[in-house]
Parts: sequence; structure tokens; C-alpha cells
Amino acid sequence: MLKQIEGSQAVAEAVARCRPEVVCAYPISPQTHIVESLGRLVASGELRHCEFINVESEFAAMSVAIGASAAGARAYTATASQGLLFMAEAVFNASGLGLPIVMTVANRAIGAPINIWNDHSDSMALRDCGWIQLFAENNQEAVDLHVQAFRLAEELSLPVMVCMDGFILTHAVERVDLPTQDQVDAWLPPYEPRQVLDPADPVSIGAMVGPEAFMEVRYLAHYKQRQALDLIPEWATQFQQVFGRAAGGLVRAYRCEDAETVVVALGSILGTLKDTVDALREEGLRIGVLGLHCFRPWPAEAVRAALAHVGRVVVVEKSLAVGLGGIVSQNVRAAYPHSPDHVHTVIAGLGGRAITRASLAGMLRSAAGGTLGRLTFLDLDEGLVARALAREKAQRRTGPLAEALLRDVGVVAARPA
Amino acid sequence: MIDMTLTPAHYKSDVKPVWCPGCGDFGVLNALAKALAKLALRPEDVAVVSGIGCSSRIPAYTSAYGFHGVHGRALAVGTGLKVARPDLTVVVTGGDGDGYSIGGNHFLHACRRNVDLTYIVMDNRVYGMTKGQPSPTTEADWTSKLMPQGTGLGEIKPMAIALAAGANFIARGFTGDPNGLADLIVSAVEHPGFSFVEVLSPCVTFRPEQREWKKMVRGHALAPAADSVEAATRIFADDGMNLGVLYAGTRRPFAPPIGRAQRTPTDLERRFAL
Repeated sequence: MLKQIEGSQAVAEAVARCRPEVVCAYPISPQTHIVESLGRLVASGELRHCEFINVESEFAAMSVAIGASAAGARAYTATASQGLLFMAEAVFNASGLGLPIVMTVANRAIGAPINIWNDHSDSMALRDCGWIQLFAENNQEAVDLHVQAFRLAEELSLPVMVCMDGFILTHAVERVDLPTQDQVDAWLPPYEPRQVLDPADPVSIGAMVGPEAFMEVRYLAHYKQRQALDLIPEWATQFQQVFGRAAGGLVRAYRCEDAETVVVALGSILGTLKDTVDALREEGLRIGVLGLHCFRPWPAEAVRAALAHVGRVVVVEKSLAVGLGGIVSQNVRAAYPHSPDHVHTVIAGLGGRAITRASLAGMLRSAAGGTLGRLTFLDLDEGLVARALAREKAQRRTGPLAEALLRDVGVVAARPA
Repeated sequence: MIDMTLTPAHYKSDVKPVWCPGCGDFGVLNALAKALAKLALRPEDVAVVSGIGCSSRIPAYTSAYGFHGVHGRALAVGTGLKVARPDLTVVVTGGDGDGYSIGGNHFLHACRRNVDLTYIVMDNRVYGMTKGQPSPTTEADWTSKLMPQGTGLGEIKPMAIALAAGANFIARGFTGDPNGLADLIVSAVEHPGFSFVEVLSPCVTFRPEQREWKKMVRGHALAPAADSVEAATRIFADDGMNLGVLYAGTRRPFAPPIGRAQRTPTDLERRFAL
């Protein structure tokens, strides 16, 4: 069913058609519209047999989802940024307990400094916590990934995080083909939990596990994530047959066949990159794009195969491992079958800085020309950085850093020094 | 150095508030500035600490030291600040979502710890910054996008919680009465230990019906009790519209225990002498 719809609302509609039985909600931008839309669907009766719980914090949201899931219910929540970090202990708990909770993360920067705009710092901070992480390129894929996520989670008894770019996707109104209830019912079987609360067979969940079995429990979580590497592409093919469009999968290549340089990225930046690559191809540059649609489990084999013939790789990522550089690019380097020196990290768009086609094109031209460094910060204001460093060299008591930079930039809210 | 007289204007920064026109929080900013002027505290003798939300923007609008922290953690940050710098007057600020929901745990323990600071909660019974979701003080039947049929949950009584948890000074003010509110803040700052000031601060955007509060509040309706049982009786019969000081207790404020380093080995020997 084609609809002109906001990303958040579209995701809420898709989640509702997956028939969650418990939805936990705590407001945080840019996620709030998703749970508000679900609240409306529950109140209107369009989503039946669902407990909608307005909780007191994100920590409570994930904890309530854990309780519900442990009792055998299909549980869903959504969050972003600080909210994801605040619930981090419970996020690890959910995966450690093998509970198939599905959560949307409306990707947003992490403070301090406080910032509500989009980047991938939140999801990346929890990349190794045992959840499957899927990344949506556009709102159609955000919808479709949720439909896939519930089935994946329940098949493997693992929680799944569906990541979509905050504001860029959550607040964008665009055409989306919403799956019908019949289509989703045919795709997603009723939840058959591996563990339920059964008065006839009482068990406790969350046992203390010592050195005798802890490693094995963690290994099995890893093993199941590796199983997902087979299931995700298999079901992406199946999904395409049923719904008539490509969504999900591990990686998807664009104009990579004869590419000398391939740009690797995840999330909504893929659209801009494809447009940029189209333009650069007109100039004669042989560039392609490899989109990562699954980040955990890490699709090492798929990435290796896709980059086997490629001489230069540029990873554009919206997160920063402070003190190291790229996060995604470290994973790509480990999978790349040739010299890691040919994998370039480009940190872009932190805290919502616009990633323009002009900047990307300039950067990719220098990559193709062999002059791109190993680690680049796209559109970094070097003058601003130099001023801050000079100040710190000149005096000890420079005061709060972010506020000093705001004064340098001259934003309205900053007082003169 | 010339001792210049401090006026409320000295406590405001030149940052323009982002609050909606008519927001009650302007009244809190004005009352806070008036109170600090009355207390004759220099701006650099005061620290204003907040969490996240519309009201938590207030530190930037004062000329005091400001700290804009993480959602719900203002009281913990303020506690750390006060124990590190007991010479500063610490005012912790925030809203009902920040203070009673995500930060509710810290509220209990700040009351209990009784550190000498003042906590001002601008209660508008809604999450304003995320555009209108119910908070723990929202009425059960208030409808919103998130809860179209209301939460169905009774609202909490923050003053009763503060009393039960051990706050040493408990008062309620209203932004429509900035002079009365300023006096309450003065008393709260002057009172030793943890002082809690609940402020009815209307959200004209998401709770426009709160404009009616000015007709509903009753000034000086609460008389300060030194007895917690008496205060408890009053607060449980309270409809939330009575202004004034509910409770002014005599608990000793938090002071770090005497450090072990101050005891000499001779002291210890004496304690364990046979």
C-alpha cells in the first residue's frame, strides 16, 4: 500500500503489523514520533492485544521489555542517543538472556556536548553487546527491516536493533510501500518463545553463572550471530520474492563491477553517495558504493568478496573511535583481502554536520588520485581547531571547551569572552 | 574594591531564553534573580545545576556558574559540586520529567542525604521539550499523542515524597507570584540542609489550561511546620494549589564524616587499650 508518510509513522505502522504484545515508550528526540504513533494505533484499536506502557526512563523501557519478553510476549521499544546509553546495562542483559526484543534506534549523537542531531555514535557504542544491528538506507528499508527483524530475532532468540538516521529518516516524509497485515502475517509466524513463564514448569531466569559456563553462554551468542550471517541474506531473497522489493541483506553493491575505488558506508548517506558516484562516473572515475545493511553480525565474508577486486576502499562513517579513528573502517580493514593501507577512513557528519555531494566528490577525487590520507575528517574546520589548541597552549585555565568554540564560531547563544 | 549593590539584573546572562512566550519558567528565572539579589550573593558565589528539558536550560540564562548535565542527574552533579566546594551556594533546577521520572531515584537520596543545597523543580506536568508527553505529575486522564486515553496512573505527590525521604525544607511557589516565589527561594537557600521548592510553572504550549492556575492558587496557604507528622497530615490533604512553606525541619545537614587521617595512631591505641 503506497503512502506519503513520515519515516517514524511508517515504522510505527510496520511495527504494529508485526503484532507486538508489549510496547514500552519514553520520549527522546528524534525517536518520539515512533512511540507516539504506536500509542495512537493502540488507542484507536488498530493495534489490538498490545500493552502500551509509558515508562519512567529508557532504563525502565528496556527492563520492561525484558520482563515482557521473558514472559513470552513479543516486545518492542525505541530509543536514541543518551537513551540507548542510559539503558546500556539492560541492553546487554537482553542479549545475554537471549530475549528476541526488537528496538528501533533513531541514530543521534552522544553528548557532551549535548547535540540532538544525527550520527551513529549511539549504535556504535553498543555494537558489541550481542544485539543484531541492521541499518536502513531509506524509509522504505526502515519499514522492511522491522518486518524482517521480528522474525530474525525470534528465530535465533537474539534481540535486534534496527538503526535509522535520526531526523534524516525519522522526520522525512516520503513515499513508502507499507506492507499489508496479510502480507506480514504470512511472513512472520506467531511468536514461539524458547522460554516462557509456565506455572507447571517454574524456572528462574537470570542465574548467576561462574567461570564454569559463562564463556560458553557468550560463545553461543556469538555462534547464533554467525548463524544470522546465513539467515539474513536468505531471508532478504525470500523477502524480495514475497514483497517485490530488495531490503536488508548483509551488503548491497552499487556500480562496483568495474570499480577501482569503492566507498563503503551505512545508513541514509548511501543515497547521497550513489548520486555522487553517478556524477563522478560521468567524469570517468571508476567508483562504486558498497552499502552495509547489517553491521552485527559483521559480514566479513560478504565484505571480502565484494572488495576482492577493488584496489582502494574509502569508508565514510558517522562515528568516531576517539583515539583510534574509524569504527566501521577497522572492521572493513580486517575483512579486506589486500593491504590495510588501501582502506581510508573518512569521518563525516558528526553531530549532524551536513555531508554534501560537493564535499564527497572532492574527497573521492582525491581518493581516486591517490592523495587521500588514511584518516580524514570531512569538512573539519581546521581554523577553529587551531584556535582552540593555541589557546590551550597559551594559558592553563581555558574554561569549558565547547563553550569556547561556540564563542569562536559566534553563535547567538554564546556570550562574548 | 568598590562594593556595588547587586540587582536582579546582575544574575541574568545576555543569552536569550528559548522558552515559548508566556512560559512559566521566565517567572522562575526572575524570582531566582530576585532571590539571589536579596541574599546579596555574588554571581560567582552561586552555581546553578540542571539536567535536561525546557526548564533545565535555566543555568545558561543566569550569570552564576552553570552546569547543564545529563537527563535526570542534576541532583547527583549538584551534590558532587557542593561537597567539593561547600563555600558555593548550589541551586539545582529542573522539571518534573527530569526530576521525578528519569531522575526520581536521585531525588529520594538527595532528600535523605540532606546536603545543603536548594532544589527548584519547575513543575508543568508535562515533557515540554519533546513536545507534550505525560510526566509523573500529569493527571491520569490528560490526553496526549503518546497516551491518547491518558496514562490512567495517579500523579505522584513530590512534596510528600520529599518529606518522607528526609528533605529539611519543603515549599511550593507559583510563577504568577514572582515576589512570593523569590521569598520562598530566599528561605530555601537560607535553611540548612536539602531544601525543596516545587514551583507551579505553566506550560502555555502543551498545557494551555494551566493559565487558569493563577485563579486556583492560594497564597500563604501553607504554614511552616517543624513537625513532620503535622506536615504529612497537611500535604496528604493538599490539592496542589496551596502555596507557602510546608515544612522547615531541624535535621543536621550532611557533612562528610571526620576523615580518618585526622585520627592519630595514639587515638586508635587509646580506643583499643586494655
